[in-house]
Amino acid sequence: MNHVLLSVWQPLGLTPLPWLAVTIAAYVLGQMLQRACKGAPLANPVLIAILVVSALLETTGTPYARYFEGAQFIQFLLGPATVALGVPLALNIKHVRRSFAGVGLALLAGSLTSALSGVAIVAWLGGDRAAAFSMAPKAVTTPIALSLSQEIGGIPALTAALAIAGGIIAAIVGRTMLRWLRVDDWRAHGLAAGVAGSGVAASQVAPLNGMAAAFAALGIGLNGLLTAAIVPLLAMLWPR
Amino acid sequence: MAAAFAVLIGLQLVGEVLRQTLHLPLPGPLIGMALLTIVLVARGSAGAAAEQAVSPSLLKTSNGLIANMGLLFVPAGVGIISELGVLRHEWQAILAGLLISTVLGLAVTGLVMHHVSRVAGARHRSAPDVPAEQQVTP
Repeated sequence: MNHVLLSVWQPLGLTPLPWLAVTIAAYVLGQMLQRACKGAPLANPVLIAILVVSALLETTGTPYARYFEGAQFIQFLLGPATVALGVPLALNIKHVRRSFAGVGLALLAGSLTSALSGVAIVAWLGGDRAAAFSMAPKAVTTPIALSLSQEIGGIPALTAALAIAGGIIAAIVGRTMLRWLRVDDWRAHGLAAGVAGSGVAASQVAPLNGMAAAFAALGIGLNGLLTAAIVPLLAMLWPR
Repeated sequence: MAAAFAVLIGLQLVGEVLRQTLHLPLPGPLIGMALLTIVLVARGSAGAAAEQAVSPSLLKTSNGLIANMGLLFVPAGVGIISELGVLRHEWQAILAGLLISTVLGLAVTGLVMHHVSRVAGARHRSAPDVPAEQQVTP
């Protein structure tokens, strides 16, 4: 049986197709599981797909680089998908204009809280400067987070991991916690996802409501700009 | 569908070019997103409502991409599992920091946004153009 599998897999394993199919199938499985769990936030399809694919890579002894040859086609679509967030943003521009003060204040408060508390907790629990500052830019979209981490003396690979893991945490706890705090408005849910969890959290809330998508898109963009401005200042308070 | 996709990819490309030539601090796709918003809003205010500035195919393609955005993060997420070594010996501090700062960031952003816009909304309540869908329950 193993022999048959191997003879089928080996020629296919050289093309990008199998890992492309596995990634999509794992995500669909995640969606089915979430539906089976009646939409339980912990059954997050992104998290399930990551775990399933990682387990498969581990058991087949496939290096990440080989996997990425196939999976890069999926990752490539992130660019046009991010641009596409401009559509709900334009459709809801009336609401955005009306909540200017709210967006500005919430962005400032949320962005500072996220960056400062991350650095403070890691430092307080005995992490060194590099670990603490890898945490500072983790809530922004990954390309900005990476270059900021480099600039302030963090570890870019660690920041990338934290950006995705933080996004998954925000996607899992976001809606439940905000409803528990009696926040019952899509603008606040969208903005909080964009500011605290960037693209990963936005991908969870955006399909649910156009206004949430608009404010999530706004949160990702503005938080990227704001964090790029404040995190280097924060780094000057704790010199290397 | 193809035309809509060409618009999205094209704007991403323009965003990349602008980022490199003007040394902008935002990634190309986010600049593309801002450009798309500006174009659609400008077309909307020049003609009729914003809804009519978005062609049905652009709306469909965008909705399709946004609805499945989670899938697009899976390859990068698998990458972090294979790099868990970077967590080193300080992993408890890092994990605690990540959890608490993410939860705090979410709560503060959501609460401030919700309460400031409620106050602002109450002040605008007399204005006739506040639509009913503004307070949809998530």
